[in-house]
Amino acid sequence: MNNLILKKMFSYNIREISLILVIIVISIFVQFRSGGNFFTAENISDLCTETAILAILAVGMMMVIITAGIDLSIGAIMALAGMIGTTILKGNKGINPLFIILIAIVIGTICGMLNGISVSKLKILPIIATLGMMNIFRGVTYLVSKGNWVLQNDMSSSFLDLATGKALGINNLVVIALVVYVIGYIFLKYTRTGRKIYAVGNSEESATVSGIKTERTLLIAYTIMGAIAGFAGILYVCKFGAAQGETAVGYEMNVIAACVLGGVSINGGTGRVQGVLLGALLLGLLNNAMPLINISVFWQEAIRGLIILLSVMCNALIQRNVEMKALRRRNI
Amino acid sequence: MAKQVIQADGTRIIENERTFSWKRFIFQWEWMLVLMLVIVTIVNISASSNFANPTNIMNAMRDFLDKAIVVFPMALVIMLGEIDISVASTMALSSVVMGMAYQAGVPMSGAIVIALLVGAACGFVNGIILAKFPELSSMIVTLATQIVFRGIASILLKTDSVGGFPAWYNNFGWGKFGPFPIILIFTVIEALFFVYLLHYTKFGRRTYAMGNSITVSKFSGIKTNKIKVIIFTMTGLLAAVAAVFLASKMGSVRPDVAKGYELDIIAMVVLGGVSSAGGKGNILGCILSILVIGFLRYGLGLVNVTSQIIMIIVGALLIIAVAIPNLKSSFGQSKWFKNLCNNVKKC
Repeated sequence: MNNLILKKMFSYNIREISLILVIIVISIFVQFRSGGNFFTAENISDLCTETAILAILAVGMMMVIITAGIDLSIGAIMALAGMIGTTILKGNKGINPLFIILIAIVIGTICGMLNGISVSKLKILPIIATLGMMNIFRGVTYLVSKGNWVLQNDMSSSFLDLATGKALGINNLVVIALVVYVIGYIFLKYTRTGRKIYAVGNSEESATVSGIKTERTLLIAYTIMGAIAGFAGILYVCKFGAAQGETAVGYEMNVIAACVLGGVSINGGTGRVQGVLLGALLLGLLNNAMPLINISVFWQEAIRGLIILLSVMCNALIQRNVEMKALRRRNI
Repeated sequence: MAKQVIQADGTRIIENERTFSWKRFIFQWEWMLVLMLVIVTIVNISASSNFANPTNIMNAMRDFLDKAIVVFPMALVIMLGEIDISVASTMALSSVVMGMAYQAGVPMSGAIVIALLVGAACGFVNGIILAKFPELSSMIVTLATQIVFRGIASILLKTDSVGGFPAWYNNFGWGKFGPFPIILIFTVIEALFFVYLLHYTKFGRRTYAMGNSITVSKFSGIKTNKIKVIIFTMTGLLAAVAAVFLASKMGSVRPDVAKGYELDIIAMVVLGGVSSAGGKGNILGCILSILVIGFLRYGLGLVNVTSQIIMIIVGALLIIAVAIPNLKSSFGQSKWFKNLCNNVKKC
């Protein structure tokens, strides 16, 4: 009896369990190769801080991918929100940093809504719509900045403290990421809208037939993604102390990779917050560990790509195996 | 002859005969592109009196045709309902390998052949993974191979660059054969080949069929995997050809060459009316959209519009282009739209 429950738990969580195993194996390997430099409090906190923004974005991206969509414009939204926020900050440094964050979130929400309208109302395929929007947002960012950078000394210290400060001994970014994950978990698992997102992703037609307003659900998913991207954009700028036109170029690909590693299916309908968190952690771990064990910078990119490719392929094989087993059980 | 027609709202009707209808002829996406091209040309001529000069037009075309080389195979990929994000990385990798082969003493023509082989191999890897793992989306696979290919390029060349190619090779990208740029001649031949391939061969018909429904095609006896691998390999090969031209134009190769090209190429394909839901589009549309985007960029550059605004315009164009055919289905239910349609009909 007990055994059966364990078995069930294992097969249900096989994705997360295998991710945890991979993470543990890599960390132990790195710990030995780097001569004990990995499991230090400092390095672990570095790792978490570096991963936090990626992880925050991955929650939003996950919702979009669950609806069988994709959002390529988040890098551009991050740049736009960060640029507008810091430009306002540059004008009067006395402003409350929370107000700047609010502005960034509002800008992100508007951008996300534009994405959502083009996907849901205009019925443009998500990859095309967000590709076009990416160009537009990036262009607007350059227009706002007029090609200039907003640098660290243009920002107030209370704003910069947001990324470096600590709450309860943990870096603020990590705390924010954890809060976002808890909210995301509750939202996707226990609210009606969250469940509707899964339903729309599984089959848009059956969702419509069951009375779900699919257009509105899609709009909500993209808008949330936009809001999160705006929020992450201002945090990104705050952390690196510079806002420019090229902020977060290509960052969307990292976020998508984190989602896919975490078991979110690009075809929509499947994916869990726990998995995405582990996926983001794995990517962050790779970024953190490769310099520690002296892998040359030039090799890092190829290794990262290879790991994404292999893990996606392994996952497909595992999935096939599981389905085969299920079929065999049915025959008996 | 029975023919299945998919209407804009997704419903399918069976037509028994392919009758010529003026309405269908006029409401083709290609006319929209022709209109855009005319507008762009008029604006360009009014912006600069030198524009209408044939030599100038051909020189302008040299600037954007390296992307156009990859547009045609990419159109086939998108027609299948797949996507290939790794083309720009394939370009980078094959040009880097070419540069290194030349540096190692291989004659230039041999180095070019090696580059083409590398490109084809990259495409083949994409194709074979997608054929063996049909449950994986091409977006993810090519996203990963994009990172891997560029990663290999940067392992090979680090931050260096290789240059000093022989004179005849440098002439390749900028040179002319008679009055025509070499790259233009190549692109025209390639376009004709693709028109033939897609519209006059079994292979082309099968590509369309696979784009409509891969399961149905499989059960009708089409070797779907074979066609998929061939199309992806072709994309890789032509990306390498584009890389050869690009490296010749730039005079040197670097691992970070052609960054972001894939998005430009995809934008050109989609603007050309190829549907990324698969099974729709033709080569003529792609040719027109290459010219529209190319001359739009060139013309806006002439009147000193900054590249940022060009980015916005191209993005907006992309969205509008894809949205227009969908307008009827998304607003079809609303009253004012029906009234509008009726009024138009009365006129």
